[in-house]
Amino acid sequence: MRDTFVQALMDIARQDQRVMLLTGDLGFGVLTPFAEAFPNQYLNVGVAEQNMTGVATGLALEGKIVFTYSIGNFPTLRCLEQIRNDVCYHNANVKIVCIGGGFCYGPLGISHHATEDLAIMRVLPHMKVMAPGDLAETRLITRLSYANPGPCYLRLGRGGEAMIHQNDLKSPLGRAIPLVPKGDVALLSTGGILGNAVEAREMLERRGISVSLYSLPFLQPLDAELIQDLAQTSRLMVTIEEHSIIGGLGGAVAEVLAEQPGLKAPLIRIGLREGFSCEVGDQEFLRKIYGLSPEAIVQRVQDFLNLGKREVKIYGL
Amino acid sequence: MNTRQLALKIRKHAVLMTNRGKSSHVASVLSMADILAVLYGQVLQKRPKEPSWSERDRFILSKGHAGAGVYAALAETSYFPVDWLQCHCGQGSRLCGHVSHLGIPGVELSTGSLGHGLSVGAGMAYAAKVDQKNFRVFVLLSDGECDEGSNWEAILFAAHHRLANLIAIVDYNKIQSLGPVSETLALEPFAAKWQSFGWQVKEVDGHDHGQLAASLDIQSEIGSAPTCVIAHTVKGKGVSFMENTVLWHYRSPQGEEFEAALTELEDQIIA
Repeated sequence: MRDTFVQALMDIARQDQRVMLLTGDLGFGVLTPFAEAFPNQYLNVGVAEQNMTGVATGLALEGKIVFTYSIGNFPTLRCLEQIRNDVCYHNANVKIVCIGGGFCYGPLGISHHATEDLAIMRVLPHMKVMAPGDLAETRLITRLSYANPGPCYLRLGRGGEAMIHQNDLKSPLGRAIPLVPKGDVALLSTGGILGNAVEAREMLERRGISVSLYSLPFLQPLDAELIQDLAQTSRLMVTIEEHSIIGGLGGAVAEVLAEQPGLKAPLIRIGLREGFSCEVGDQEFLRKIYGLSPEAIVQRVQDFLNLGKREVKIYGL
Repeated sequence: MNTRQLALKIRKHAVLMTNRGKSSHVASVLSMADILAVLYGQVLQKRPKEPSWSERDRFILSKGHAGAGVYAALAETSYFPVDWLQCHCGQGSRLCGHVSHLGIPGVELSTGSLGHGLSVGAGMAYAAKVDQKNFRVFVLLSDGECDEGSNWEAILFAAHHRLANLIAIVDYNKIQSLGPVSETLALEPFAAKWQSFGWQVKEVDGHDHGQLAASLDIQSEIGSAPTCVIAHTVKGKGVSFMENTVLWHYRSPQGEEFEAALTELEDQIIA
């Protein structure tokens, strides 16, 4: 995703000299094409994310469209107050790019696991929150973040993500992307875990369960209309995210459902349930450990359906 | 109105506003009133009726708790009616305690949490440099604020990029939130720190308008180092019983103290 993002941003920067890319001294090799092509639109600010975000605000207030780039929690949590007070309060045209959402940097440890970022970014006023599910969605959100003035958060994978959508996407900001629009059970996925959601859906179908699947690359604005619709027409809704179940996609969907009494479908949230992800291993290993493998997703859905009611075992709690 | 008259007006407004709003930080405004007066009365290139004029000099108050002073300076230099100052920190007031840009012409940046202004100012100065614009960016910090590490990130950045159009001013009154700076987190040798980070440093009497104007009204050569003006000031300057005390960082002037403060300022007739 990061190479796709850089390529998409280069296409934009070529057309618009207001676009600037700031990095907190990360992106070895990845940012080189941008830096070489647009030396006047590129700036390595050093290992100083608070200053990077403040400088980005100052540039944006002078008319620039600024992308700040770093990995994991560095471009968000390290400089959260600069994002809130400087970027968001001034509605500054700053786009915050995180490489390595979820467990992308698995073996490096919890400092590098971005597992609360969606929740924290989603609560900030004016912030648009985007987590693409594949390379086509990455191109889409890069274009949309540029085209929509004001703060954005782009939560990307590190690399090696699948190409799930066959064609370029034209979805508008805030709209979920249907992969399979009809089914008894609705799977809603955000971010790079989409590949596992696709596999889980196929496995469930093979077991005779009819399953719809949507990718939600936009957590803010959220496709609330779709969520309300699915809650009326589905037997079960399932959110899938490489993130805490608190405050991310699962939390966002739960908020929509809680304000709409009388909806039919119950909700199960699949994600990191509690504590830090302190097991050691690569992304795939950690997804297995924390219940995000296709098999684990299938098991959760199957268990719930077998019980046939809400009295389902509460996982991990 | 000359700058000394403007400084006195800012001081009177500060006492009145913090009295009416029952709010804090009057001594922080009194400390920097002369700096604001020299900036708004003489140094800043500005068009109050066209606050977004692209060639204007930018001013950021990074010590946002002293926002009453900026509001007063803006009102007295015709950015908005002086009447607006009547309601500060009150219910439904336009003006909140820590300076905010929303709906207030002339405020470049909202602050209140310390250690934000210099980075944003550095971004503006960088933009001016790459766009080859001539405006300058002034950022006023408090001394206690220099405890914040984010400032030192910005200080490194501005020096590295030779942001000659960036001028940081430190209101060095030697008193921070709970006590003397020297006993809290010593800044000395302060000028040497800025110099060693690659800045040009000028130390001035922060109540001497001639010295302030000479140090601030500069147009540095492109590519030279940014400038730091360390303004030695007296916290609470102008109201004798507020000077050099921690108390008036917080206390709101009420009753006899309010009357006494105002009387003392009224007695400072400036030609």
